[in-house]
Amino acid sequence: MPLKFFLPALLLTVILAFVSLFVGVRDVSPLDLFAGAADQRDLMVLVASRVPRTVALVLAGSGMAIAGTIMQMLARNRFVEPSTAGTVESAGLGMLTVLLIAPDMPVIAKMLVAAAFSMAGTALFLSILRAIPLRSILMVPLVGIMLGGMISAVTTFFAYRFDLLQSMGAWASGDFSVVLRGRYEILWVAFALTIAAYVAADRFTVAGMGEDFSSNLGLNYRKVMALGLVIVSMVTACVVVTAGVVPFLGLIVPNVVSMIMGDNLRRSLPWIGLCGAALVLVCDIIGRIINAPFEIPVGAVLGIVGSLFFLYLLIGRRNRVA
Amino acid sequence: MIEVSGVSKSYGKTLVVDGVTLSLPKGGLTSIIGPNGAGKSTLMSMIARLLPMDAGSVVVDGLDVTNVSGDVLARRLSILRQDNHLTARLTVTDLVTFGRYPYSKGRPTLEDRDHVERAIDYLGLADLRHRFLDELSGGQRQRAFVAMVLCQDTDYMLFDEPLNNLDISHSVSMMKLLRDSARDLGKTVVMVLHDINFASCYSDHIVVMRDGRLFLQGTPTDIVRQEILSEIYGTEFRVHELDGNRIATFY
Amino acid sequence: MSPDVLRKTSLVTLSILAVLSLVSAVAFMTWGARGSWSFVLSFRGTRLAALIIVAYAISVSTVLFQTITGNRILTPSIMGFDALYVLLQTVLVFTLGAAATSAIDPRLMFIVEVAAMVGFSLLLFRFLFSGHAQNIHLLVLVGIVLGVLFRSLSGFLQRIINPDDFVVLQDRLFASFNITDGTLVGVSAVLVAGVSVFIWRMRDTFDVLALGRDMAISLGLDYQAATTRILILVAILISVSTALVGPVTFFGLLVANLAYLIIPASRHRYTLPAAVLISVLCLVGGQTILERLFAFDTALSIIIEFAGGLFFILFLLKGRNR
Repeated sequence: MPLKFFLPALLLTVILAFVSLFVGVRDVSPLDLFAGAADQRDLMVLVASRVPRTVALVLAGSGMAIAGTIMQMLARNRFVEPSTAGTVESAGLGMLTVLLIAPDMPVIAKMLVAAAFSMAGTALFLSILRAIPLRSILMVPLVGIMLGGMISAVTTFFAYRFDLLQSMGAWASGDFSVVLRGRYEILWVAFALTIAAYVAADRFTVAGMGEDFSSNLGLNYRKVMALGLVIVSMVTACVVVTAGVVPFLGLIVPNVVSMIMGDNLRRSLPWIGLCGAALVLVCDIIGRIINAPFEIPVGAVLGIVGSLFFLYLLIGRRNRVA
Repeated sequence: MIEVSGVSKSYGKTLVVDGVTLSLPKGGLTSIIGPNGAGKSTLMSMIARLLPMDAGSVVVDGLDVTNVSGDVLARRLSILRQDNHLTARLTVTDLVTFGRYPYSKGRPTLEDRDHVERAIDYLGLADLRHRFLDELSGGQRQRAFVAMVLCQDTDYMLFDEPLNNLDISHSVSMMKLLRDSARDLGKTVVMVLHDINFASCYSDHIVVMRDGRLFLQGTPTDIVRQEILSEIYGTEFRVHELDGNRIATFY
Repeated sequence: MSPDVLRKTSLVTLSILAVLSLVSAVAFMTWGARGSWSFVLSFRGTRLAALIIVAYAISVSTVLFQTITGNRILTPSIMGFDALYVLLQTVLVFTLGAAATSAIDPRLMFIVEVAAMVGFSLLLFRFLFSGHAQNIHLLVLVGIVLGVLFRSLSGFLQRIINPDDFVVLQDRLFASFNITDGTLVGVSAVLVAGVSVFIWRMRDTFDVLALGRDMAISLGLDYQAATTRILILVAILISVSTALVGPVTFFGLLVANLAYLIIPASRHRYTLPAAVLISVLCLVGGQTILERLFAFDTALSIIIEFAGGLFFILFLLKGRNR
């Protein structure tokens, strides 16, 4: 990885994070802060809301982008990511289950339940893929989206029956305005998992070459699949539990990075993490500025950017969809 | 030595490999030939533990391939199948470096780098080393895969139709390269071949399969004969002696 | 089967479906009625009319759309047409403001919307189906992602619309199978009747179109004109159904394929009525049972989504998608 490109990119992301600290309803000026002129309330806003929000954006962004990459390697398909494979929807079903059965669970337990559900959902998706007779590349995301639709139909049904539609609606579109100190720390788990993903990067690259290649190189394909499944589900669950669905991030970032620098994950994962964080920061800042003082959730912004990018992948580069 | 005993495999109700018992000596180049659907590729996949077998066993240098751990075998035996489609975008160097994975688990040492350089040179890929695989022609890609297998540096190397996608000059240099590594480096090369004349000119040993069974085996002089080839393929053959090689024609 | 037997079986099947639909309609009107009959009949009558119009619009538009696209997996809703309708509505309120929008005669408004819808769907169709060897999976996926894009755009606009306008918009967009607005039902009925006249006059061309473009042209059909006309009719029907009950993604797919399944003859004179009857049976019968037996009043669309998604995956798995 050429350091001379990575460092400026890192710097840019840090600047974005800095901007994110000072954009919002209450005007907190960095100059006041450094001059010591900021009052107690400004500091409060910064510590209790802005800093947690920015940290959450960075962690969620890099986590989702890396989760998307791993899924693409495991499914050996460019169009797969947690929101086109039933993973996100399953996590939602898990959340609903917690709300129904034990609403007072601590957040870590909620996350674990959601993770268990999303793991089951993703495993179901992967086993359906194995059953498809002729594996067309485009059929894979198609099946994933449909599966996700079915799972969320189940969720909606029960949410409707038990009058929880409103609480479920809240996480359907990822929103970081709800992130406060004490309510985002679970994302550090996602961060730890992305580090784990980096440690195992070579395994995922090899697994991305397929089962035969992996066996030839003496890699236990099933174990790598299982590891990937755990990482993807846990990261997704952490993000969904804290901020809601952050769609398409795992699709955009890995594809762009792969176009430029290929899929040797040892080299590309740091870039993927960085770009994921930067993209979420940008989308969140846009959402905060465009209609101030009201906020547009980052999920809504990413929904537009992401589906446009997906269309570009499908149509614009039709000749090398392979 | 690769000892195959009583190996069978069926897909649904079709028996593809039917009780094959065979031993492939260490060293030299062995070709497996036979008509379509004879079970050549399936047998080769089972030898390399890519495919579980229904019955029988395969032992490579005393290691039972179904039991031995994957990375131990990966340092003894490598396989390249036909039709390798990668969705992952890797450069030639990336791919070849993964040939060292069984040794260094993705953190290549200096010695590993040497292996990579040598393999890239052997296959004339130096100019293409930073290109992505999806930017290469079919033949160039095939050579990159072979380079990766060479880089894996195993005693046994299995190739399923390695000449796929290669033009005549690359086919010849590929066969020479594999024969030389068998001769000079003491490797054991086993390949499924369709071209009888390549098999005849380059092999030390030829194995003939038909209908899922071992049909015959022997030296090229034993196998490349008019009456035998005609029986194997059900087509008229003529065999000529040219410059010390036996050449079959069948038009 | 000989043509005679085919005709007879098809007619028998159609009659059975007709009787069942009639039974479900009667049950819908009378089951569990309390209080004054005149009120019950007029209240339920409006809803029944709306359900039948929707059933008719969705099934006919789906079958015709599948005829001109030559496949059995694409439907107008899967291609994002109904999301497009919602987007157009949102854009209208966004640009004109709620006050202006409400001031316009609702009938005129509806017609403007339908016209915009026809224009856009023609563009979309020409764009997607022009030239290139068509890959069906690509089309479906592009359609689904377009749907996501349209929905995200509507969501985005709805966020930055001023809150008063939003209430108006939500009123217009919030729809379920409980329509009681007599005027809207009336306008829809007129539109659908008009469309049906055109469909009736074109009835002989459908079977020819089903043979495919090349065959249809060599049989002397003005292919371009015929498909354009059908597409316009489809766009109107989709607008009507979306205006009445909102987007229903998989219903068309479900009923059209059920119709192909139970009608042995693949002639439109049998499949079209069969699709209509099946869809009336599903909507009216399903609604009656859910409402009276289980007291789930708005769950029908959720169940349809679930069943439709399941069907879609099975359809893909069986690989009969050509």
